[in-house]
Amino acid sequence: MALTKSELIERIAARQTQLSPRDVELAVKTMIEEMANALADGGRIEIRGFGSFSLHFRAPRVGRNPKTGASVELHGKYVPHFKPGKELRERVNLALEEAAEAASSEPSVRTGS
Amino acid sequence: MTALTKADLAERLFEELGLNKREAKEMVEMFFEEIRHSLESNIPVKLSGFGNFDLRDKSERPGRNPKTGEEIPITARRVVTFRPGQKLKQRVEAYAGTKQ
Repeated sequence: MALTKSELIERIAARQTQLSPRDVELAVKTMIEEMANALADGGRIEIRGFGSFSLHFRAPRVGRNPKTGASVELHGKYVPHFKPGKELRERVNLALEEAAEAASSEPSVRTGS
Repeated sequence: MTALTKADLAERLFEELGLNKREAKEMVEMFFEEIRHSLESNIPVKLSGFGNFDLRDKSERPGRNPKTGEEIPITARRVVTFRPGQKLKQRVEAYAGTKQ
């Protein structure tokens, strides 16, 4: 199970009344496109409370064709990297801690509702 | 080059889609908040054309205070990882090509 772009658009649309679902869809697509463009141009993204995206360099190396075993020279390249921000780290981890606490304190038999 | 921020994204929504400044700012906040909310509910997020945010549960492991050398366990935790999509990876690699 995962949240997809179209579900994300639906959720945002449901949370506000001023913009049409079509506008929300365009807005989400524009934001994602803008973020991808920034990285494709070699830039960084810094979203407070969420995290930052940057490029990490992968040095050139000699790889191997797994089928033939022949060695292949692979050139150096950049790969996108994400570092979660403090709020995201804390909220994700807090949810885990709360789940663990609930599991340990809750009796195995549930009552009511 | 300076980093892309929430203010830049809002500015883009204002310029390109004609959202007013307040709507644009709220839209940017809602976008990241919905992603955070999903991740905190242990549900990964898949944004086609960009990448996937996944969750990994790490068990406790031995650690060390780098200053004092004292051994302290690193507690079990859940972390967010980002896996860039094929399209984004290719675009970023292409940047490396133009730079050389």
